[in-house]
Amino acid sequence: MIRLDNLTKVFDTPKGAVTAADHINMEVPAGEICILLGPSGCGKTTTLKMINRIIRPTSGKVFINDEDTTDLNTQELRRNIGYVIQQIGLFPNMTIEENITVVPKLLGWDKAKYRERARELMDMIALDPDAFLKRYPNELSGGQQQRIGVARALAADPPVMLMDEPFGAIDPINRAVIQDEFLKMQQALKKTIMFVSHDIDEAIKMGDRVAIFRAGRLEQYATPDDLLAAPKDEFVESFLGEDRALKRLNLVKVRDVVSDEIGTVSPGDTLETALARIDDFGYQNAILVVNDRRQPVGLITRAQARTTKGYCRDHFQNVPATVSLDDDLRKVASLMFSNDITWLPCVDEAGRVCGQITQRAMTHHLGSRFRPKEEAPATAASATKE
Amino acid sequence: MELIQYAFDNLDLLLSRTLEHIALVAVAVGIATLTGVPIGIAITKNERLAKAVLYAASIIVTVPSIALFGIMIPVLSLIGQGIGYLPAVIAVLLYSQLPIIRNTYTAIHNVDPALREAARGIGMSQNQRLRMVEIPLAVPVIMAGVRTAVVLNIGVMAIAAYIGAGGLGTFISRGISQSDPRQLIVGAVAVSLLAIIVDYGLLALQKRLTPLGMERAAETA
Repeated sequence: MIRLDNLTKVFDTPKGAVTAADHINMEVPAGEICILLGPSGCGKTTTLKMINRIIRPTSGKVFINDEDTTDLNTQELRRNIGYVIQQIGLFPNMTIEENITVVPKLLGWDKAKYRERARELMDMIALDPDAFLKRYPNELSGGQQQRIGVARALAADPPVMLMDEPFGAIDPINRAVIQDEFLKMQQALKKTIMFVSHDIDEAIKMGDRVAIFRAGRLEQYATPDDLLAAPKDEFVESFLGEDRALKRLNLVKVRDVVSDEIGTVSPGDTLETALARIDDFGYQNAILVVNDRRQPVGLITRAQARTTKGYCRDHFQNVPATVSLDDDLRKVASLMFSNDITWLPCVDEAGRVCGQITQRAMTHHLGSRFRPKEEAPATAASATKE
Repeated sequence: MELIQYAFDNLDLLLSRTLEHIALVAVAVGIATLTGVPIGIAITKNERLAKAVLYAASIIVTVPSIALFGIMIPVLSLIGQGIGYLPAVIAVLLYSQLPIIRNTYTAIHNVDPALREAARGIGMSQNQRLRMVEIPLAVPVIMAGVRTAVVLNIGVMAIAAYIGAGGLGTFISRGISQSDPRQLIVGAVAVSLLAIIVDYGLLALQKRLTPLGMERAAETA
């Protein structure tokens, strides 16, 4: 857990005092990733760097796991906080192994232990220890270097990590890969992480919570979904972008929107039955054919059912796509657009049809989270009046 | 032909004076390295001090060597060392300060700020940062400064023969006073060759001292 208590930084500049961070109060629960987000110069990096005292706070306190860090020795404090920076900062004079084990060495681990740890970390970041440990940083690609940067920060297994735009200098394709790898590691490691970013998409993807900064102040601190659904003010709204409803597609899973009511026919039914079912369920275009294990086989279209006689097994078309319960709505929307359809069957882990997702249900789900927004500020305002 | 004949006839003398020359420069630049590198590191902490120190070191280099020897004669005579070994070593020591201090200062000063921040961020103390990161990275540039000092002072040391310090300069001074071009030319060529050979030797040493991971940096130094 990281808790900031009125953390403030005032820089003395030739033009006078500049408040880079103004009484920041926030708490990151243990095991969560908190993204500090905002335009440049908003104080997010200053706030991050006050936690490990790269920048000395003017006033305020930092608590880590309920311990006030004010009186801790600076070097001790830093050795117990993982630190990853955008420029990576691997030491070019040291091998990958020396880079990774530098903190354990500073902490006085014995050699066998830290060498073992280096191999363990390489496995974790999916780089072959035998191929990489003896090499030097400038022999590695940017993406590999930053993986090593993350491994170095994790070396002494600190409870808390600070990451300053860690993936900002990596090309977009590799960035997505590293983000995914990192999230996967985090699921197992459960570190408490403060993560600076200026990329709203990265924040939504990586963050359990997002803190939006503006001109040294913490504007809004919420989960990505709450943030997108109910931005506090115009600044936050404009920062999130006009397509913020679309960004929420990433956050909502099929599981949240799926309707388990779906009419189907089996291959042995006649097309007449199919047409009747289409009408019964009020479907516009087609009905799904499933086999006796409820796996999707094909589609019978209304036009076909009306004009042809026979059995479903002889006249179905291919199912354009199916989605599983853990897919996000972004994928669903994309499949709907590319296939020009407004619904998709959902399948469970065993590939059995378990429901359907419709465009209507998606827009309703996303819209229902936006609607209270109109009322919420009003109730908040009336609450303050009372 | 006559020159080569002369060089061969006096091979023993040539060798002993070469060794004498090398010893003088080595002692002086050795001491200069031991003083200049710490000074160069120390002044990275204070920009104004750095400017003052580098300015002073530059001024010293502008003093002609023959004048520097002249100044030292009365001063060092107080301890009975007005001429000979000691003033020669002191002069070379002073001339070596500029290249060594300047290169050390520049190298440490120019260490990538991201590396410095990474080193601080993972909890290295100031001394650990110097020892584990900054000095290893600065070594190629510091060594380049030492090389400059050595090559420069192999020439300066030749003039020290006039104050009786010995070395290859003795051939040159005698060649002039005895109007003997053979001695003069043999001395001059020997000094030049020595400078070139030592420079190459030190370059090889510099490459060996450069951390393996930064070969590219060494080539630009």
